[in-house]
Amino acid sequence: MKKLINKPEDVVKEMLEGMAAAHPDLIKVHFEPNFIYRTDAPVKGKVALISGGGSGHEPLHGGYVGKGMLDAACPGNVFTSPTPDQMYEAGKVVDSGAGILFIVKNYTGDVMNFDMAADLLRAEGYNVESVVIADDVAVEQSLYSAGRRGVGGTVFAEKIGGAAAEKGWPLEEVKRVVQKVADNVRSIGIALTPCTVPAAGKPTFELEEDEFEFGIGIHGEPGRKRLKMKPADEIVQMMMDAILKDMPLEKGDEVALLVNGMGGTPLMELYIVNRKVSQILDGIGVKRYKTLVGDYITSLEMQGASVTVLKLDDELKELLDAPVHTPALRWGI
Amino acid sequence: MMYDTEYFIRFVNIFAKYLAENKEYLTQLDAAIGDGDHGINMDRGAKAALDRLSSINPKTPGEVMRTVGMALLSSVGGAAGPLYGTVFMRMSIAFRNNDKIDDKGLVSALEQALLGIKGLGKAEVGDKTMVDVWEPVVNFLKENIENGRTLPEICADVVALAEERMKATIPLQARKGRASYLGERSIGHQDPGATSSYYFFKSLCEAIGGE
Repeated sequence: MKKLINKPEDVVKEMLEGMAAAHPDLIKVHFEPNFIYRTDAPVKGKVALISGGGSGHEPLHGGYVGKGMLDAACPGNVFTSPTPDQMYEAGKVVDSGAGILFIVKNYTGDVMNFDMAADLLRAEGYNVESVVIADDVAVEQSLYSAGRRGVGGTVFAEKIGGAAAEKGWPLEEVKRVVQKVADNVRSIGIALTPCTVPAAGKPTFELEEDEFEFGIGIHGEPGRKRLKMKPADEIVQMMMDAILKDMPLEKGDEVALLVNGMGGTPLMELYIVNRKVSQILDGIGVKRYKTLVGDYITSLEMQGASVTVLKLDDELKELLDAPVHTPALRWGI
Repeated sequence: MMYDTEYFIRFVNIFAKYLAENKEYLTQLDAAIGDGDHGINMDRGAKAALDRLSSINPKTPGEVMRTVGMALLSSVGGAAGPLYGTVFMRMSIAFRNNDKIDDKGLVSALEQALLGIKGLGKAEVGDKTMVDVWEPVVNFLKENIENGRTLPEICADVVALAEERMKATIPLQARKGRASYLGERSIGHQDPGATSSYYFFKSLCEAIGGE
């Protein structure tokens, strides 16, 4: 398939160079090991927030580095967890003595590599905590699986954790509020097409013209079910049924919504999805406090969408509204 | 039989060769039930390991394994990086500063490696992972070596067992790793980690007698 790249083995490095060139006011890039960090790091007295994961989900996580969100993001190879040395070196650069919080998406590899990095940092006296995000309702939380995947909820976790850290909260408090996000957020994704990892050269799975994949992750892996194509409203109904079954909402509840494109879906379609999501929530008397529509956590060029619903309270609302200035998210500044 | 530094360097080279030759195949297996990068990642890691070995010039088996372990840990990524990194690191710790390792020492190191894999990944036999090859093979080695046999004598059986166990992952439903998200859809596909593990044991055997 055609890709606007040079050599497949250079995609991550060249992307990082492009990001550094575009946003020198916000971020710096360290190579070998690779990580993106905010220009003013380390920020005195502030908990340092670090996340990371495979590349191919942009703007997650590098696009969220900056004031009010992440201090550093560690990009692995495409769809591959970053390695411990990345988080270890990033931690040393952005820690100001107030401690480090890792936000980790629940994938076997991510959890292992971040755990190893935390051990390396702790061995040198750094104070490191982690919160694992596992918001995908497509997978059963069970002893018989690797557990739910961390998907769109991660964006809210990073925003809210970043706001708490920016306010100068201590490590245990930043961790508490990020854990609150993790406990109150749910997501589900669907795909109309697969995606192609540059180094592999061919799509990660095959879908017929008249099929869609329900319950996808973000790494181009096949989902829970393959179904015949339906109109958007019916697909969205299925998605919201899955979320609401898992996290029932009541009249008067307030939520933050993320209607997210997987990278290859036009904004027009995302708004069509949001129309139905909004109708469903309005129908049960749930207040849509804030809605984000766009590409926030992608899978390369996959056509598809995911919906993330975060149940809010006053504390989460305040942190969500707090100023943020990163390449991909900006308000209040 | 005694296994020296040269043997382990040969082993790593043969393992790297299998990973390079089967990069597409491992990737395909991983695309069916994962995210399609096992082949790509392991090949990249193996090349990084060979690179580092040639620049470091290791003096002992332990140094070979540690060098490879660190290289894999920082270049493979995913779950395979920590898992295979742990394999080589644990074996290097077991080998200490010894110039040569005997059959008992080799099997003991492989046992430590298996403990490392299980401790990190928490998988058991039947979960459709690399453990489905590692545990039966290491048990087989242990039993035979304890009874006085040597690896060269039982190599054909070791490779056959590893191959059989690798294929036995096909009908299993995955309970660990990315494949577990697919539930029943993971049935009918061979596990990529079990496959690269088969190459690992095959390489241990083929490194014998090649000089």
